[in-house]
Amino acid sequence: MTRLTRSLPMVAFAAVLIYLFIPVIATLLYSLATSWNKTILPEGLTLQWFGELFRDTRFIQAFGRSLLLSSAATIAAVVVIVPATFAISLYAPKLERWVQTLVMLTYAVPGVIMAVGLIRAYSGKGFSMIIIVFGAYVIGMLPFMYQGTRNSLRAVQAGSLMEAAELLGASRMKAFIRVIVPNIMPGILVSALLSFSILFGEFVLINILVGGRFETMQLYLYAKLNTSGHIASAITVTYFILMAILSAWIVKLTGRTSKPNKEPSAAVAEAAIPTTKAMMSKEAS
Amino acid sequence: MKRFNSMLYITVIPLFIFVALFMFVPLFTMISGSFQPDGGGAFTLTQYTEIFTNPYYLKAFENSILISLLSSLIGIAAAVFATYAITRFPKHIQERVLVITNLTSNFAGIPLAFAFIVLLGNSGLFTLLFRQFGIDMSAAFDLYSWSGLTVIYVYFQLPLAIMLLYPMYYAIQDNWKEAASLLGASPFQFWRRIGLPILLPGIAGTFSILFANAMGAYASAYALTGSNYNLVPVRIGALVSGDIFARPELGSALGVLLGLTLLAAMLVNEWLTRKVRRDLL
Repeated sequence: MTRLTRSLPMVAFAAVLIYLFIPVIATLLYSLATSWNKTILPEGLTLQWFGELFRDTRFIQAFGRSLLLSSAATIAAVVVIVPATFAISLYAPKLERWVQTLVMLTYAVPGVIMAVGLIRAYSGKGFSMIIIVFGAYVIGMLPFMYQGTRNSLRAVQAGSLMEAAELLGASRMKAFIRVIVPNIMPGILVSALLSFSILFGEFVLINILVGGRFETMQLYLYAKLNTSGHIASAITVTYFILMAILSAWIVKLTGRTSKPNKEPSAAVAEAAIPTTKAMMSKEAS
Repeated sequence: MKRFNSMLYITVIPLFIFVALFMFVPLFTMISGSFQPDGGGAFTLTQYTEIFTNPYYLKAFENSILISLLSSLIGIAAAVFATYAITRFPKHIQERVLVITNLTSNFAGIPLAFAFIVLLGNSGLFTLLFRQFGIDMSAAFDLYSWSGLTVIYVYFQLPLAIMLLYPMYYAIQDNWKEAASLLGASPFQFWRRIGLPILLPGIAGTFSILFANAMGAYASAYALTGSNYNLVPVRIGALVSGDIFARPELGSALGVLLGLTLLAAMLVNEWLTRKVRRDLL
């Protein structure tokens, strides 16, 4: 009994790790394989599929569109949400409960429900559906941006900073832009990177609302699924590498907790993480 | 005394405009649309009566709820033990394991479905490998059926469950374990009497999120077979997106019912947790 209770967690951990990694490794190998039909390991390795992929202008365009849409929505989310979060948490704490309900709502409503609502509200009325998707993306990032910003504001004690700055004669706006923003920058950056990586993988809204008229990377991958396995693997691996780079950047910003003397900026960035990190795993697509 | 705070208005108004345009207006039009006949018109309940009398849509709800419950249960059972194992590692290894786990969470939707097609699809690696050994896997497992979809759903539940459960283990302090064992409790008794009751609300909350996550998942199923799986989100997508059979009002009604299902699941979960926790203690 004792032995069982001791070893069960390790067995479960190993099983989960294998389960999570086999698909990743298989996709990686498949994207590098010359041909892989009858053997346990690929018959040969090649970069041919990546070469083909990167020469495909349709892929480059799709990649560019994803990059453009996700970064534009992320920037807009920062501009719209960060100042509002600041103002609410400092000057209207009574509103916080409402905003938190709103945050829960945006997090809990599945993408497919948003898609129905947005189609009913705006489709066929002369609006560009890409703009609608863009707006929905900005609001979809509310949980991540709001929590990240709020935690960062707490970590730097924004209230006292503002008092000091205003005592020294700065106007509110100036104090916010010159004092608060630079101090919470690492936290904003972490939230923005998380938002960007989620939006880059978004599929539901763009597929239902826009479809092939604005082919993003996810839509391109979907189109390639049934034509070429190797190319589709190469796309998946490219996407995965981009996500790995983004997470490495986030990890670097938040710093290692094992580091004895934490830099203040690392603490701010880390404050942005705990809620958002877990939320990120939602099947955002 | 209180002076007019222009900064509050300048910053909050744009946010509320965005929220109104992209959250409240769509939700409101969806709800009002669900009470209209096809093509719009006066108030009616026909969309709802159609859903509740058409076995096809009832089946979609049944399928969605079953696969969400099953994948959440498997996911949370595995994650409860695996996460505990992670908390036993040295701190710097824990960090790394979490980063890697989180990275696999990007494998959701289309890329995830594709990875499993590579592994287990009609000419997938494992499928061919087993065929080499003379085993026909298709008899026992078909990726394009419910068993396949469950495998994929469990996959995207695992990282989420681990990331949500991980902080909760820090509520259990090592000296409680020492105290319990000094008083003669076995590890099993410790977890049964102390550990589990403390973790339970967290586990239940996590289960809620996993369930909602699976109920709303669309991309994975869509990537495997287009609109063939009879799941609620897939049905909604097919009803509203621009093909010839578009019936947005019916899709809206399904959307409202999906939202209500999520709400009901959350409330039942909360009530159940309170009850069970009282019994355990």
